[in-house]
Amino acid sequence: MKRTYINGTGCVSAQKTMNTAFLEEIIINENDNILELTLPDYKDFIAPAAGRRMAKGVKNGIVASARAMKEAGVENLDAIITGTGMGCSVDSEKFLKALLDNKEEFLTPTSFIQSTHNTVGGQIALGLQCKAYNFTYVNGAVSFESSLIDAKMQIDEGEAATVLVGGVEESADATMNLLQLSGAIKSKSEMPFSILGSETNGAVFSEGAMFFVLEDKKTATTYAELIDVSIYNVLEKDELETKLELFLKHNNFSIQDIDAVILGYNGDTEFDGYYNILSQGVFKEATQVYYKHLSGEFNTASAFGLWVASHIVKLQEVPSVLQVNGITSKHYKNILLYNQYRGQDHSFTLISQC
Amino acid sequence: MSRGVAITGMGIISSIGTTVEENFNALIHGKPGITAIENIATVHKNDIKVGEIKRSNEELAHELGLPVDNNFSRTALLGAIAAKQAVKNAGILDINEYATGLISATSVGGMDMTEKFFYDYLETDENHRYISSHDAGDTTHKIAGELGLKGMVTTISTACSSAANAIMLGARLIRAGKLDRVIVGGTDALSKFTINGFKTLMILSDTYNTPFDNNRKGLNLGEAAAFLVLESDEVVKKQNKKVLAYLSGYGNANDAYHQTASSENGDGAFLAMEKAFKISGLQPEDVDYINAHGTATPNNDLSEGRALIRAFGVNVPDFSSTKPFTGHTLAAAAAIEAVYSVLALQNGIVYPNLNFTTPMEEFDIVPQTVLKEKEINHVLSNSFGFGGNCSTLLFSKS
Repeated sequence: MKRTYINGTGCVSAQKTMNTAFLEEIIINENDNILELTLPDYKDFIAPAAGRRMAKGVKNGIVASARAMKEAGVENLDAIITGTGMGCSVDSEKFLKALLDNKEEFLTPTSFIQSTHNTVGGQIALGLQCKAYNFTYVNGAVSFESSLIDAKMQIDEGEAATVLVGGVEESADATMNLLQLSGAIKSKSEMPFSILGSETNGAVFSEGAMFFVLEDKKTATTYAELIDVSIYNVLEKDELETKLELFLKHNNFSIQDIDAVILGYNGDTEFDGYYNILSQGVFKEATQVYYKHLSGEFNTASAFGLWVASHIVKLQEVPSVLQVNGITSKHYKNILLYNQYRGQDHSFTLISQC
Repeated sequence: MSRGVAITGMGIISSIGTTVEENFNALIHGKPGITAIENIATVHKNDIKVGEIKRSNEELAHELGLPVDNNFSRTALLGAIAAKQAVKNAGILDINEYATGLISATSVGGMDMTEKFFYDYLETDENHRYISSHDAGDTTHKIAGELGLKGMVTTISTACSSAANAIMLGARLIRAGKLDRVIVGGTDALSKFTINGFKTLMILSDTYNTPFDNNRKGLNLGEAAAFLVLESDEVVKKQNKKVLAYLSGYGNANDAYHQTASSENGDGAFLAMEKAFKISGLQPEDVDYINAHGTATPNNDLSEGRALIRAFGVNVPDFSSTKPFTGHTLAAAAAIEAVYSVLALQNGIVYPNLNFTTPMEEFDIVPQTVLKEKEINHVLSNSFGFGGNCSTLLFSKS
């Protein structure tokens, strides 16, 4: 079985994560319940005329994937695999509003065409003229992990040598508004927002695009080896540690081998208890990392988590802004990521220095 | 791949029937399910025909035994009914006995409820429970919940090839030893969103769809759900399971030509078929029947026809599109056509391509227009979607 290496990354997020050193300039925004994206310089990657027709998710996906491919020094791909929980929300909303407001008359197809969930993956393929395997996963908070599982399985089996895999989410006005009505997004009246000291339900949201080049060989740009990924639709709190131990054991790892755990804390008091089980339990003495105060919550925010994890392994340091419990390690060899959203779509991702 | 991955159960609900048997009977007796639309109030109701399941959401929820205040979208209701049938058909009593997964496909997801309550949500909280039902993944969670399944659950959305890709992923997970058993398929309900979307693209027929006909005018939309149960050889052996058929090959490729249109020569379609043959070890001449994507849009049928000629040469085997029966059921299409492909293998039947009268002027292949009985050992099924997504599945007799 071949091994899988993370050889390139690209990240468009609420932070300045393009063309800068790892989290060099951080903005901690505790006053907004929806964090704004730090826009990349699109013109470096997309011709302005083409860019005007593209939705922001597509543009961000193209930018992040181009950055990852450039860093890894790859031009040809054996697969393009995208995760997106909500899909192309901006165009979906645009078409839906037009059809409701105009009573199904006078519609134009552009926003419908771009509303399809696989638009980002399709547009990346079109831009690269890449006729390879092209899948899009749309399962809430495991959309990105599903993509990773697929990519890794292809590399394991020798079906693919170079795979582009990513997670993309768009914040769209009406959807964000509905998520505030439903309580998924914290109410503005509850600010300032902090994740670790939160006393309220819901989360602060945002959007982003994170892409990775996975390959079957170690190169000069390798960040880490992707050891394994596993997803579970539902887990009871008392099943969590057992599932984790099974996952680690399956990969010949034990709790003691994990140098840092990256937790998907999002400040939702109703569900952050899942993370507490690990941070106050088996990983009490380990380095604990969180990141959604930087990225915001969205269905593929865990891809930002993997971007963070990859950098920790490569740079061998955990910036203080990411630390949960202040415990640091001399060495960051094995990192475990755990994420869930509202008690569903749990995932473990394990990476290792190589 | 040796024989392929075993298919041990099937379930389906479509406009031509609410069980596998009803669907098969409609297919062999030439009874299509294309009608005027009843369940959705759309201004286009007099201009379009659809493959609609003539049961209300309340009736579907009742069949599932759901409480009145449930928050299932129609897509989830249809999916749960088909998935439960498939699990029952496979004789599964304890869903979590083996490492079992659920891979579903949808493009509409909960849009049917979002379009109903989009402005209502702002006025009253009466229907707020549906807000969290909007995303595609919720549909799959609901189905998993109805099955009592705990484990690997995910969803694929690659437009009209989605279910083919869900079936393909399931087979790969079994082959790689990641799962022992996996329920794979897709579900999509009719919605104003898709009706209007395809309307603006001007590819909806105002009458009955006529695949591969020179005068074809476009597609009829449909709604459906279908699921298959795939099981590893070990589970089949251990439980002495009856194998309905084998999934012997699969391939996915991207046309990389246009967001919505297929390339003139069907590059993506050709590549998908080529990959499926390679994985199965079968040759084009082994195929006895092709269940074509055949949406009856001018673009698809030309591109697909050319790809078939490229893949099969002058001897294109019997082929037909079953979309004149069901309409184009989008993300569910490849799943219902997988059920039809297995039934074709089991019963030795080539389904008629209804409504065909005039051969296309661009080439001289014509679909099978009347029911044909013959020995069928291998069926090839194509599905293509927006974003250039092209998928092929190969089914072989057990």
